[in-house]
Amino acid sequence: MAHLNLATQFVQMLAGALLLISFAMLAERRSRRLLILLVWQGAVLVASTLLVASTAHLTHLFYSAALTLVLKVCVLPWILFRLMRKLGIERDNEPLVNLPTLMLVGLGLVIFAFGLAQPVSALATTVLRDTLGIALAVILLSFLMILARRKAFTQVIGFLSLENGLFFAATSTTYGMPMVVELGMALDLLVAVFIFGIFFFHIREQFDSLDLDQLESLKED
Amino acid sequence: MNGIASTTALTALLSLIAAWLVLGALGLARPNSIRWVARTLFPVGALIALGVAGTGAVALTAHFSAQTAVLPLGLPNLPFHVRLDALSGFFLLLLGSAGAGISIFAAGYFRAGEGTAPGMMGLQYHLFLASMALVILADDAYMFMVAWETMALSSYFLVVTQHRIPEIRRAGFLYLLMAHVGALGILLCFGVLQGGSWLMTFDAMRGATLAPAWASAAFVLALLGFGAKAGLVPLHVWLPEAHPAAPSPVSAMMSGLMLKVAVYGMLRVSWDLLHAGPWWWGLLTLGVGLGTAMYGAIFAAVQTDMKRLLAYSSIENIGLIFAGIGLALLCRSFDMRLLAALALAAALIHSFNHALFKSLLFLATGSVLHATGERSLGKLGGLIRYMPWVAALALIGSLAIAGLPPLNGFVSEWLLLQAFLQTPQIPHAFLNMIVPLGAAIVSLTAALAGYVMVKFYGVVFLGQPRERALEQAHPAGWLERAGLSWLALGCVLVGVFPQVALDVVGRITGQLVGATVQRGPSPWWMTPLASNQASYSGLWLWAGLVLVMAATFVLVRRFYHGRVRRTPAWDCGYRWQTPRMQDSAEGFGQPIRHLFGPVFRMQRELPLPSDPQPQYRVQVEEHVWHALYLPLSRFVLRTAERVTILQGGRLATYLLYSFLTLILLLVWVL
Repeated sequence: MAHLNLATQFVQMLAGALLLISFAMLAERRSRRLLILLVWQGAVLVASTLLVASTAHLTHLFYSAALTLVLKVCVLPWILFRLMRKLGIERDNEPLVNLPTLMLVGLGLVIFAFGLAQPVSALATTVLRDTLGIALAVILLSFLMILARRKAFTQVIGFLSLENGLFFAATSTTYGMPMVVELGMALDLLVAVFIFGIFFFHIREQFDSLDLDQLESLKED
Repeated sequence: MNGIASTTALTALLSLIAAWLVLGALGLARPNSIRWVARTLFPVGALIALGVAGTGAVALTAHFSAQTAVLPLGLPNLPFHVRLDALSGFFLLLLGSAGAGISIFAAGYFRAGEGTAPGMMGLQYHLFLASMALVILADDAYMFMVAWETMALSSYFLVVTQHRIPEIRRAGFLYLLMAHVGALGILLCFGVLQGGSWLMTFDAMRGATLAPAWASAAFVLALLGFGAKAGLVPLHVWLPEAHPAAPSPVSAMMSGLMLKVAVYGMLRVSWDLLHAGPWWWGLLTLGVGLGTAMYGAIFAAVQTDMKRLLAYSSIENIGLIFAGIGLALLCRSFDMRLLAALALAAALIHSFNHALFKSLLFLATGSVLHATGERSLGKLGGLIRYMPWVAALALIGSLAIAGLPPLNGFVSEWLLLQAFLQTPQIPHAFLNMIVPLGAAIVSLTAALAGYVMVKFYGVVFLGQPRERALEQAHPAGWLERAGLSWLALGCVLVGVFPQVALDVVGRITGQLVGATVQRGPSPWWMTPLASNQASYSGLWLWAGLVLVMAATFVLVRRFYHGRVRRTPAWDCGYRWQTPRMQDSAEGFGQPIRHLFGPVFRMQRELPLPSDPQPQYRVQVEEHVWHALYLPLSRFVLRTAERVTILQGGRLATYLLYSFLTLILLLVWVL
């Protein structure tokens, strides 16, 4: 491998941390710890964005790092934390697939993501081009998490983590998105979490639980 | 002509159509007032209809050239094109003149408290009229489809006016379904017709050159699409359900006008947009038309509900019209222009006639229905005593539809038969043998239609009232009588002056076929081909009939006067007769049921001889329903059930679908 400067190595380490956190989230069953992991994911994202911004001297990336910090590390986790307390959510049930299998599937997805990213990152010109695979892996792992869990709350966390992966993919290949798009996405995310919160209450009111298996009874025969 | 004057007629027409729409909207101002909506707005609508008819007639004058315009409506870069030529002018004339009669009748017909609020009904009614006029005027596929679907939807809402009755909702659903199937065929037909240019104007379609296979595909799709609307067998199933379900003026509009709009569409596509095709187009249309005509006539003969009977009779007449179109197409493919013009003229005149007499008869059933509350033929009878006006006018309609001279039905059927008699000129051995059979079928159908009308008129108006309640039947109001009289007048005029009708449709055949059937040398006689072959004069026949009747009357008065004896009719030695012992609708249809037994799907319950309270029940259904539609609907349901496995109700499964799709797409990108 070619010689890399310190900042790039550091960013790659952070990317690795991101992937690790994703795997941890996939395996985590307690809601509180899951939320903490999400905060960590956000923090790592902020750190990597800041690093990229300072090495590439891009001011708009500083703004987006600040936005991420406020939204994904502070506001959203806080809202979710309050929701969790109010709804008394402690832990998710057993995942639909058992944990070792889930991990193996996750591994497969990571390999797939790296294979997928190879031709794309060859074209990318940024310092972070090797991390696109990781970003894709984070997206796919989050999707897998949404897929395999039963509780609505866990799925929302999966959704937020998926969004983190997308954000990371954007910074790693093209130095982030235009500010307008990023602001729009941030607002969408905020609104989405509000709506999720409302839905939690409705689902619980209807079924006395946030277990999504109950939704099956809505199906018409 | 200069640029402004050349579109005067078109501008006038568009304003009249807009006036219809305004009229519909005005009805909403006082939606529950019958006096406002029916008694005030509908007569105005009738006046507008007269205007439409008059402007349509302008397009049929000798020195009229087609007028086109582009409307500032529609989608960006896809404006509405309109065009007025002889063909559309003729159908506007038809729409306006029959529509005027129907609107006048409807003004007196609608009562409060019958289903939909009158204001809503007025809106749907005028929207229906306007959309039919717009279909006829449309000059691009986009506007055509928009107007066509508006026509289907507004008529659907009119059919389900009394939506609280489940059978009526079911009939409406069937109608909507078939309308959509038909519209799909038309849409695909236009898709083929644009021929790769992706221009939706009819002008572009006229200019497009299609490969023979694609032209044939377009033709078959058009036959399917317009046939479903017109009621060609086996796509006719909605007609006998929807017509009885709708209020009578609506039945009259659908049968008299909307079916003609479908005929218009068929003519527009097969004669104007498509160029001459292979001879099997004509044979196919001819075969389907003749089959439909026979089928309709046979089924009409066994009906016991007067509106169902008329609905089947509409199927029969549509069959005759399509047979005429088919024969004309056949002749065009052999480049026999004069003969094609003759057959097409017969089809066009028959369309016009059918609009008049079928509307008349449907409206007459409406009057009967309002006077008695009965639709079933088994409970009517003797109404000529209580509703003499309606009875007299319905008699004219019945005679006309039965094809008796000197009324209009005779003219078109005579012309059609003349065309059939000329088919030995076709230079094709196989067709030479087959097509004259068509003449036999047309004659048989005409005879059956006569039988049906004897049944209809005899059971409803003649004899003794079969129920006590019928003696309370009240005559129709003056508005209803005015509407009926207008239509009856049309029947008589076309019958007496057929040469004028021939001149008028000659403008269209000149445009479409490039040949015109001349009326003949004498102004009083109609001699379509040659004077040594056949000629007909409605006026002379009329005069002769009047003369003979007058002479008979005078002679009877003179020689039999005062020698009339009145005695009770012979009662066959059985003294306890009731009006229910008269020949019934079932009894009248029995010979046909017997003769054409295999055509029907019959269920009969015969009473035992020892039964003290004998009940006789017969139910006639169509094979096509059980052989085609029910299996088809079962197949659709089964397939749908198989597809619903996808929708298991588990959120995880749904998410898995998205996930797998994502992975697959990514793999595909790779």
